Amino acid sequence: MLHTLNKSPFSHTSLENCLRFIKPDDVLLLLEDGVYAATRGTSRSHLIEQALQNGHVFAMQADLKARGLTDLIDGVQLADYDKFVELLEQHSSHAWR
Amino acid sequence: MKFTLLILDGPYNHAASDSAYQTAQAMLRRGHDIRGVFFYHDGVYNVSNASDPPQDDRNIPQRWSALGAQNIDMVVCIAAAKRRGITNELLVPNTRISGLGQLATMIIESDRLVVFGD
Amino acid sequence: MSDAKKVMITVRKPPHGSIYVHEAIEVMFIVASFGLDLSVVFIDDGVLALKTGQDTKELGIKGFMASIGAFMDFEVTKVYVDRQSLEDRNMSEADLAFIGEDETTEQPVRPTILDSSAIAALMAEQQSLMAL
Repeated sequence: MLHTLNKSPFSHTSLENCLRFIKPDDVLLLLEDGVYAATRGTSRSHLIEQALQNGHVFAMQADLKARGLTDLIDGVQLADYDKFVELLEQHSSHAWR
Repeated sequence: MKFTLLILDGPYNHAASDSAYQTAQAMLRRGHDIRGVFFYHDGVYNVSNASDPPQDDRNIPQRWSALGAQNIDMVVCIAAAKRRGITNELLVPNTRISGLGQLATMIIESDRLVVFGD
Repeated sequence: MSDAKKVMITVRKPPHGSIYVHEAIEVMFIVASFGLDLSVVFIDDGVLALKTGQDTKELGIKGFMASIGAFMDFEVTKVYVDRQSLEDRNMSEADLAFIGEDETTEQPVRPTILDSSAIAALMAEQQSLMAL
């Protein structure tokens, strides 16, 4: 499964809730405001650190750039839209919005 | 692979429309077919021909229209459109209004569904 | 029917503050009528849409409680609720509206409460998932 998530973890509980439904080997892709969850040293960083213990976490590069985010949690991988489509080829997806 | 995109929120107000468009472009680059794009909820505002954004910004309805010109079925949900005052006369070219049954058909005829919304 | 495509609709928005749940129900009825193997899952604030005793009359909104009561009549029969989301909101099975009645026993039927692991397993079986 590919889980896409587009909400800031500071104003929504989507990420915490989504994590309950992620199985080992599932992939989490952060896009739009969801990419704020990928930043290091925040009060919500532990959520992505937890997700990384089970599976892959990607953050959309274009959304990170747009928001000026560069200091990311170790292990978070960058994705462009081609990578997103590659993940969609491999998995069915659910949008946590 | 055949994809269907479901777009649930309006243009400009939310990034869903932009993310969906960029993803659609990448699907085509990678040689996939897009069976259709279905607009639901406030997503029906995405293809209004009354939209006239500033020249130096993207024109979201025109972008969808251009995608429709590539033989991709661009469908606005009639029930959602009627509620919101979107009619056939208000659509950009290469898009059409039809029922939710079209969404069901797109799902049946696709390998994957991808959802974008607020 | 067994080779029908598996489709899941997830509802995570609260009712009445927006139209999402109302229009999600319209999709459920159409998808079910097309012979797709539909599962519907209420998670997070979505569980609030199933609460008994909702009355939107004073809001001047049509509401959708009657539609929920007709789920099974419209072939929306696989209806699930996330247990943790219910507990987080101090709700239990008794707070959930009926979705129809059992064909043989004629007893009213409520949605089925599942743990998140069971819902995750169900998600993994789906061909398409629609978060509405």
